[in-house]
Amino acid sequence: MSESIRQSIGRSLWHDAWVVLRRNRAAITALVILALFTIAVIVGPLFSAYSIDATDWDNISIAPSISSGHWFGTDALGRDLLVRTLQGGRISLLVGIVATLVSLVIGITYGAVSGYFGGRVDQVMMRIVDILYALPFMFLVILLMVFFGRNILLIFVAIGAINWLDMARIVRGQTLSLKNREFIEAARAGGVTTARIIGRHIVPNLLGVVAVYVTLTIPQVILVESFLSFLGLGVQEPMTSWGALVNEGAQEMENAPWMLIFPAVFLTITLFCFNFLGDGLRDALDPRDRGASL
Amino acid sequence: MLNFMLRRLLSAIPTLFILIALAFMLIRAAPGGPFDSENQLPAEVEANLRNAYHLDEPLYQQFGRYLANLARGDFGPSFQYRDFSVTELIRSGFPVSLRLGGLAMLLALMVGISAGAYAALKQNTTADYSVMTAMMVGISIPNFVVAPLLILLFAVGLRWLPAGGLGDGEVRHLLLPVIALAMPQIAYIARLMRGSMIEVLRSPFIRTARAQGLTMPRIIVLHALKPALLPVISYLGPATAAVITGSVVIEQIFGIPGLGRFFVQGALNRDYTLVMGVVVFYGSLIIIFNFFVDLVYGWLDPRVRL
Repeated sequence: MSESIRQSIGRSLWHDAWVVLRRNRAAITALVILALFTIAVIVGPLFSAYSIDATDWDNISIAPSISSGHWFGTDALGRDLLVRTLQGGRISLLVGIVATLVSLVIGITYGAVSGYFGGRVDQVMMRIVDILYALPFMFLVILLMVFFGRNILLIFVAIGAINWLDMARIVRGQTLSLKNREFIEAARAGGVTTARIIGRHIVPNLLGVVAVYVTLTIPQVILVESFLSFLGLGVQEPMTSWGALVNEGAQEMENAPWMLIFPAVFLTITLFCFNFLGDGLRDALDPRDRGASL
Repeated sequence: MLNFMLRRLLSAIPTLFILIALAFMLIRAAPGGPFDSENQLPAEVEANLRNAYHLDEPLYQQFGRYLANLARGDFGPSFQYRDFSVTELIRSGFPVSLRLGGLAMLLALMVGISAGAYAALKQNTTADYSVMTAMMVGISIPNFVVAPLLILLFAVGLRWLPAGGLGDGEVRHLLLPVIALAMPQIAYIARLMRGSMIEVLRSPFIRTARAQGLTMPRIIVLHALKPALLPVISYLGPATAAVITGSVVIEQIFGIPGLGRFFVQGALNRDYTLVMGVVVFYGSLIIIFNFFVDLVYGWLDPRVRL
């Protein structure tokens, strides 16, 4: 019973949103570009004649050209930049998605519990969020990366762990307004356990807001990872990410500007598309916010 | 108001304490020490060094000592730059970073507020859309991408401006770093400003002012600007944090001898006290700044004082 209700509510929300979103040409373009990028970074390296760490001794640091087979040129070690850019994209997108999921799980649980219980629990929990909010987390993440090695798992957790605060606040606010609605009261009267109410009735109804926030969190996370990689604290060679590639490119830009430009363009377009899509989704799922964006 | 100030102050202190404790724990939990080097030091020398820096005491004593010293404004000696104290390093690096960051914030506020207000007044016109698209680009291009591109264009390509360093501190040396640092903040502020300005312009008191025959420029300057600026003011705290974080990479790219560079160098050298010093210093700066922003906000908008 509750299963079928949940599904029909979910579908109609997404259906409405999809109708609005489809009319937003910028958001749809962004969605298509992101889909193409995702396919390219997953499939691309499989079909490439080059591997990310193989040196082409005859073509070291050459400019992009079709005839040499290196469409994006090669770096100072003769590695094919196209395949490295795609591989870097894999890492950047993967970090973006996984770290966002980490922050999502922590943020939703924390926010929903805080909002649902209310009262003193809520006060204490939100007080903690306030205090954590004021910490300069970027510096702490840099410390983490420096001291505990450049481990990709640590990147996921560290970035996810700093990004859940906003999510917790948003979810808490929504939960507060949801928990006094009739269907929650009905569930409570029917003897459903608290954990189940939060899991089956509150959280599914938060997903609209969460979807908007996720789309806006992914580019932030990608940015943080690139920032760390740029400082040389991200993923380790021969693996790479867009931030690390931009770093290498910035050092070689006078001799080999393509090393800077290709990864920079890919990184920027991706961030741009996520931001556009997020704005579009916000308009689609939450018409009240239209105009007052950020 | 006094009550409000006290409450804010009371929330700033635990934050500061947690920051210091977290940074302290992280650094002490880290593998590898400041005396790890290529050639192994004789055991007695290392013991003496550890003793001189009080590294042989139990952790809680070290933490207590650190806190007590901090209270006196003493960040301890640097492990790496043996002849300098961290306080001296901060004192030499911070003015440079302050100048860079301050100018960037100023630029971001001026350009961001005007662009946002302009877009709001021209809402849903081509002018609005082009400004807002430009701002979206500003948000999406990280400043460590903007900086090398600016160098490539203006320093390497056109040769108008120097590619790095501080020179004698002339404006031309700071121009590119300031722009690169300010860019994302311009975009955020403009988006905030546009949103809040649109909302304010729709509110009844603006309609009344118009009905009474006030001219549009007068309405905007005298009536709309102050309430519209509130979200921008509350964004000043995060903006400062973002500018400080950004200055770490910008100083690195442009070779500016500021605090951000010390931080990265210190982190790579495991210079415990220096890294701690910078984190605590910048952290406190952000927390104190946030406190003042809250006060200004409370003063401008009496509703939040409750």
